[in-house]
Amino acid sequence: MSLNQNILVKLKQAGFRINGKWLVKGVSLQIEKGKIVTLIGPNGSGKSTTAKIALGIYKKIDGEVEKYTNKVGYVPQKISIDWTLPLRVNDFMVLTENLKDEAINEALSLTGVIHLKDKNLGDLSGGEFQRVLLARAISKKPDLLVLDEPVQGVDFTGEIALYELIKKISDELNCGILLISHDLHTVMSATDHVVCLNGHVCCSGSPLDVAKNNEYKALFGEQASQTLTRYKHSHDHIHTNEGEIKKN
Amino acid sequence: MLDDFFIRALVAGLGIAFVTGPLGCFVIWRRLSYFGDTLAHSALLGVTLAYTLEFNIALSVFIISSLIALILIQLQKRTNLPGDALLGLLAHSSLAVGLVVIGFLTFIRFDIMGLLFGDILAVTADDLLIIWIGGPLILLTLKLIWKPLFASTVNYELAEAEGLNPDRAKAIFTILMAGIIAISIKMVGLLLITGMLIIPAAMARNISASPQSMVIYSVLGGLLSVILGLFTSLQFNTSSGPSIIAASLFLFILSLVKIKQSIKLKN
Repeated sequence: MSLNQNILVKLKQAGFRINGKWLVKGVSLQIEKGKIVTLIGPNGSGKSTTAKIALGIYKKIDGEVEKYTNKVGYVPQKISIDWTLPLRVNDFMVLTENLKDEAINEALSLTGVIHLKDKNLGDLSGGEFQRVLLARAISKKPDLLVLDEPVQGVDFTGEIALYELIKKISDELNCGILLISHDLHTVMSATDHVVCLNGHVCCSGSPLDVAKNNEYKALFGEQASQTLTRYKHSHDHIHTNEGEIKKN
Repeated sequence: MLDDFFIRALVAGLGIAFVTGPLGCFVIWRRLSYFGDTLAHSALLGVTLAYTLEFNIALSVFIISSLIALILIQLQKRTNLPGDALLGLLAHSSLAVGLVVIGFLTFIRFDIMGLLFGDILAVTADDLLIIWIGGPLILLTLKLIWKPLFASTVNYELAEAEGLNPDRAKAIFTILMAGIIAISIKMVGLLLITGMLIIPAAMARNISASPQSMVIYSVLGGLLSVILGLFTSLQFNTSSGPSIIAASLFLFILSLVKIKQSIKLKN
């Protein structure tokens, strides 16, 4: 066991390669209870691979993974479900764990898709299915949530609501969350720790630290860096009704 | 009118249908129909070995089929051939080797037709015992691995990530497939066992909205096929296996009519 009882997963210099080609390499990070760790990075930088290493889906890895929980909820980035399976939302909710009806209803209500409970999974739209995926992952009240672009395909207002929900879940369940997101605003507002990947860890730390990092700027451009810092800035002033800006 | 052999055949057939129903659903869901075929073909080798070594047929078939499944898994890992080519290779070579071995066994009179297509007369009290002990064992095991097996059928990575150990479930399922082939070979024959697995489950897919209901309809369809098939076979003196499969085909066609109706209702 680790000395720190709050640690759920710990990666030490973890890496994974297929046919000699590294997908990601030398990643060290840890996810603790009640904390949100976000992975950012360009396409092909190894974000999903890192998530799969943490989940134990990839077994022949370099480095080490220490996992201290088996109560895991996972929303994969890509999921190919054979639509010829007769599978309703309700059947999908109990896929990996038997749940009471109340737990299923609660989770589906939280993500706003309770009305789809008896629908066939194949009849859902992309955004609806994404909400069901998220509901399934949170319904089992996991210790560790791994969310790989959980709001892809969800409409704009829904996206904000779901990110707020994710933040709320992390507080209420006191679970650790590994989040992969493209939305830098979200990264800024909800995350405790950011890991910026580009085949390896390019930089990591608090969102503000990462935004100031030169490697991050090189990777995402000055614009992205300003997005993050500007967002941060918005916390130290308020807008009054008269339209004035007031410092805290 | 109902002779002893017929009662035995009925009891045996019903016992098999209880097991092929749920297994058949997984065969369809996991797209394993050709895999089932391969195991069944290899069963001939098992039967001939049983005769040669004066060994129990069901046990011998079970061992050979499991062995072929293991070889398949190894070949998949070690060669670059596509899965269906490997299945074809194993299916036909094991069938051929089985037939060649039969050629050497001149001292035994073989009922090849019975072996290929099933034979009611061949069902003995011992066979019943094997079916009604082996069958419930297979079902019980399937129930135990249901969660990981079904979850990994829907999505392997979800099952693996959430700690269900899908690889173990898959390995056990393969053994269960060898098991059902072993206990049903005498009744349905090795060329038609896959039909018994697939057709009632396919019929059930047409009329089900959830996995559970598909399993139930698949079992009911199998039971009905056995009853219909065996009575036809008694009436017209046809072999048991083809009669059962033909009956299940009949039910499948009926289920298509039901689909047509529900499509009309939707419109």
